[in-house]
Amino acid sequence: MQALYAQLLVGLINGSFYALLSLGLAVIFGMLNIINFAHGAVYMMGAFCAYFLLNVMGIGYWPALIIAPIAVGIFGMILERTMLQWLAGLDHLYGLLLTFGMALIIQGIFQNYFGSSGLPYAIPDELRGGMNLGFMFLPIYRGWVVVFSLIVCIATWYLIEKTRLGANLRAATENPTLVRAFGINVPRMITLTYGLGVGLAALAGVLSAPINQVRPLMGADLIIVVFAVVVIGGMGSIMGSIITGFALGVIEGLTKYFYPEASNTVVFVLMVLVLLVKPTGLTGRATT
Amino acid sequence: MSVLTDDTLPAGPRSIRDEMIVFAAMAALLAAVPLTGIYPFFVMQALCFALLACAFNLLIGYGGLLSFGHAMFLGSAGYFTAHALKVWGVSPELGILIGTVGAAGIGVITGVVAIRRQGIYFSMITLALSQLLYFIYLQTPFTHGEDGIQGIPQGYLFGIFNLAKPTVLYYVILVGFLGGFLLIFRTINSPFGEVLKAIRENEPRAISLGYKTDQYKLLAYILSGTLAGFAGSLKVFVAQNASLTDVHWTMSGEIVLMTLVGGLGTVFGPVVGAFVIIAMQQYLAGFGQWVTVIQGVIFVVCVLTFRRGVVGEIAHYFRRSL
Repeated sequence: MQALYAQLLVGLINGSFYALLSLGLAVIFGMLNIINFAHGAVYMMGAFCAYFLLNVMGIGYWPALIIAPIAVGIFGMILERTMLQWLAGLDHLYGLLLTFGMALIIQGIFQNYFGSSGLPYAIPDELRGGMNLGFMFLPIYRGWVVVFSLIVCIATWYLIEKTRLGANLRAATENPTLVRAFGINVPRMITLTYGLGVGLAALAGVLSAPINQVRPLMGADLIIVVFAVVVIGGMGSIMGSIITGFALGVIEGLTKYFYPEASNTVVFVLMVLVLLVKPTGLTGRATT
Repeated sequence: MSVLTDDTLPAGPRSIRDEMIVFAAMAALLAAVPLTGIYPFFVMQALCFALLACAFNLLIGYGGLLSFGHAMFLGSAGYFTAHALKVWGVSPELGILIGTVGAAGIGVITGVVAIRRQGIYFSMITLALSQLLYFIYLQTPFTHGEDGIQGIPQGYLFGIFNLAKPTVLYYVILVGFLGGFLLIFRTINSPFGEVLKAIRENEPRAISLGYKTDQYKLLAYILSGTLAGFAGSLKVFVAQNASLTDVHWTMSGEIVLMTLVGGLGTVFGPVVGAFVIIAMQQYLAGFGQWVTVIQGVIFVVCVLTFRRGVVGEIAHYFRRSL
C-alpha cells in the first residue's frame, strides 16, 4: 500500500505540472490563437533561472519562486512583441511552426552549454524532511508542490473568470475589435497574456527543479504529454484544464503502480479513447 | 480555415505542361548524378527524405492538415522492413512491401483517430500518436531499443539487382522516388485532389456540396502515410539500420522544416527543401547541437519572412505554379 500511495503522490505532482502547463497553453490559445510549442522550453528556462539565481547570485528558492517566472515572463513578452505579433491574421499553424522553431533554438542553446545531463538543485531547508501521516510518509517538499500548484491554478482561474481584468480578457478573446473600440489596449493585453502563460510554465519549472533535475530537455518530452492533456480536456475552459491536468497525473501514477510498462503511454491511449468517444474533448465546445 | 493564405498560393492557374517539363529536367539531372562523382549516399538519403516530404506535403499542401507525426510512418516502415530482411530473411521487394503495407496499416488506425479534429488539434494529436508509437518501439524487443536494428543485408532486388553496389542501389532508390512522386502528382491532379483542395479552402462548403469530407481526409492521410512508409522502407537499404531516431518527434519536425523551406503546397518544393536540409546537416555535422539551433532559426525566419519557400518564391516571381 505504501508504494501505491507513493505513486499516487508522484502522480499528483506530475498532475500539478500538467495543470500549470495546460492552463498556460489554454490562456495563450484563447488570446493569441497560438499553440505555444515553446511552452516546454520556457518551463525548462524557469528551472534554469532558479539554478542560476542560486549558484551565480546566491539567491535562494523563495525569491526564485517569484523572480524566475517574472524574468521568463518578460522574455516571453519580448518574443511576443518581436515575433509572434506579426502572425496575427495568418493561419494558426504558422504560430505552431514559429514557436516550434523558438523551442529548438532555446533548447539547442542550453544543450550546447549544459549537455544533456541533469544539474542538481537542493530542496530549501524549510521544506526538507517529511511527515508521517500514519498511512504513508509524505516528503514535505512534494506536498508543498501539490498544494502550491493548486493555489496558483485556482488564483489564475479566479483572475480570469471573476475579476474585471479577466472579463476584459475574455471579451477580447470573443471580439478584439469591439473591445478596442471601448478604449482597451488589446495588443498590450495580448502581450501580457503571453507573459502570464509563459510565467506559469516557468513557475512549474522552478517547482520541479528540486524534484526532477535541471536539464535542457526536461520540457521537450513533457510538452507532448501536455498536448495530449489539452486534447483530452479541450481548451474551452480554464477549470477544465486544471481538473484534467491533475486527474491525468493521478491516472498516470496509478498506472505506474498497477502496470508500470504502460505508464509512459497511458495518457496517449486515453487521448485516443476520448477522441473516439467524444472528439471535442471532455470540456471542449463544438468548434475547431 | 485555409492553411495557406492567398499570398502563399501559386499565382495563376496550374499548368501541367510546365510541371511535366520541370519533372523531366529533375529526373534527367538525378539520373546523371552517378556520372558526376557526387557522393551517392548523400543523394540517396536526400531522395528518401524528398519522397517523405512530398508525402507530407500532400497532406498539408492539398488537404490542409499539418501532421506533426510523420516520423511514425518513416520509422515504423523502417523497423518492419529491417526486421523482415534481417530476421525473416525475405527478399528486398517483399521487405519493402511489408514496410509499406505496415505503414498503411498504421495510417488507417491513427487516421481514424486523428481526423476527428482539425487545424491545430490535428497537429497535436498526430504528434501525440507518434510519441505513443515511439514509447511502444522503445519497449518492444524486436526493435532492440536504443541500439536499433543494425547490419541489415541489402540482397538482390527481384533476384537480379545487387543492392550492395552503390550505383545499382542509387538507380533503384531513384526509380522508387520518381514513382512515388508521380503517384502524388497524379493524385493532386485527379478529381480526388480537387475535392481535397476544396476541403482545404472551405470545409463547410464542401460538406454542403455533399462530399463526405472525413472520408476524403482519411484517404489522403492513409495515402500520405503509405508513401512516407515507402520512403522509410527505401531508406533502410541506404542507411542499413533502423533506429529510434526515425520515430522521434525531432524527425517529424525536420520533415515539416524541409517542406516549409521548399514551399508548402508546391509540387517540387519538398524535393528542394529536402536537399537543402540534408546538405545543411551534412556540412554542419561538426557543429553538434548548433545544428538544432540553426534549424530553429530557419523555422523562425521562414515563418516570419519566407512563407512561400524557395520554390514558392520562384513560382510567384514567374507567375507560374511549380
